[in-house]
Amino acid sequence: MQGMMIARAKELLQNGTVNRVLGWQTGEFVYDITPAVFETAEELDEKFVYNAFCGNNLSKYLVKETKKDGKILVFLKPCDTYSFNQLLTEHRFDREKVYAIGIPCDGKTSGEMVKSKGLSGITGIDEDGDNITVHTIYEDKTFNRDEILEERCRTCKSKKHVAYDELIGEDGEVLDSHRFDMVAKLEAMTPDERFAFWRSQLSKCIRCNACRNVCPACTCEKCVFDNPASGIAQKAAADSFEENMFHIIRAFHVAGRCTDCGECSRVCPQNIPLHLLNRKFIKDIDELYGDYQAGAEVGSRAPLVNYTAEDVEPSIVYHREGK
Amino acid sequence: MPEVNAYKPKIVAFCCNWCSYAGADLAGTNRLNYPADVKIIRVPCSCRVNPMFILRAFQRGADGVILCGCHPGDCHYTTGNYYARRRMTLLFSMLDYLGIEKERTRVEWVSAAEGAKFAATMNDFVSTVAALGENKRLEDLRCKE
Ligand code: SF4
Ligand code: SF4
Ligand code: SF4
Ligand code: FES
Repeated sequence: MQGMMIARAKELLQNGTVNRVLGWQTGEFVYDITPAVFETAEELDEKFVYNAFCGNNLSKYLVKETKKDGKILVFLKPCDTYSFNQLLTEHRFDREKVYAIGIPCDGKTSGEMVKSKGLSGITGIDEDGDNITVHTIYEDKTFNRDEILEERCRTCKSKKHVAYDELIGEDGEVLDSHRFDMVAKLEAMTPDERFAFWRSQLSKCIRCNACRNVCPACTCEKCVFDNPASGIAQKAAADSFEENMFHIIRAFHVAGRCTDCGECSRVCPQNIPLHLLNRKFIKDIDELYGDYQAGAEVGSRAPLVNYTAEDVEPSIVYHREGK
Repeated sequence: MPEVNAYKPKIVAFCCNWCSYAGADLAGTNRLNYPADVKIIRVPCSCRVNPMFILRAFQRGADGVILCGCHPGDCHYTTGNYYARRRMTLLFSMLDYLGIEKERTRVEWVSAAEGAKFAATMNDFVSTVAALGENKRLEDLRCKE
């Protein structure tokens, strides 16, 4: 796959369709992947990678990149195409300045995940059907995919690309992912149990803001969390109230616009399950206002900037079952 | 008879200018009783209230927060309360999901003619929150006396 992508990128650079390529390159370690812009065939040969560590969703980078001259090529995994559409819906970048290639994805792992299996000295990774082989300076170890995929990939919502100019490889289907199972489990707990669960999670937050910075729905020029008057700007939470406040507001701001791309949970250095907050909103929206998948199409109206005269009353919260 | 030192919850009531605030006024001019611990904050429309307002009220010491607006269909700005309705539904559901007592938050539609409903709503809400006791789960100790 990596070879085909590089070859196609070189062609498009050469025939002038694009003047830059947005892709992935290896950082200090092989599992330490960073998004990168390539301008020449040599750079592509030297640094471009696409493997099971390339989890980064590149769509958000288009907001800045399309402000520059010329057209840029971007590679999008299925889940990234939802973010791509959502950003277009919000008029966050110029579609004319992007050439999008959809690429298949069988799920991604991470350095942390691989290390949690007791491996160290990681030097490379290979995929073959249901197997992922991790190379280290000591050994090669083969895993079944499901063993080492990240949570978001184990509950992948779709292998279907909802936006692209061309596809490399086969397109997939929207999946029945069971991604709300854990939310339902929490809903079935008592309020005291839920409170204890969330306190133990949210109190780990160091307010690094990585979850916001990486989120394709968080592209506000002026973020509330950078506003010194908000009382919660750019600093570690002083107490449990601020922890709750940050997480409620962050999740609320993306409610209805969050495509469930899973980037926030992926980057959180404290492993806080942020997707369980986002998915709560998604699940509620689906149940109360009808199924809605942000980014499934361009131009759809997000549920929180929409209404019907027959919407349920907030008091439904007191009467719902299992609480 | 209420005890002299009985716990009295602090309640913040966001009331839209066009209906509910006038409803509160009517309750007053009709000399209907509701607890003095209900602090009314007048807002132009129920949809002026964003989730941050509700959280802030709890941070600054509220034990319960209620939002009152025109009845659906009667908003002075036509659709404001429809948006507010979705917003508050999702917010209250999230608070509940985080294990924060859902009875501490409420939305009620009160028209300018419903002074009696305003007083009754407040009495009911105050007693509900009083039964829960102080807000401990969403408190900010720095803001407490
Ligand atoms: S990435 Fe994690 S630790 Fe950092 S601010 Fe977000 S939740 Fe907190
Ligand atoms: S909140 Fe998380 S899952 Fe949702 S769009 Fe942002 S990064 Fe993706
Ligand atoms: S947290 Fe809210 S204000 Fe900040 S970037 Fe995200 S959506 Fe915008
Ligand atoms: S003006 Fe009363 S709810 Fe909008």
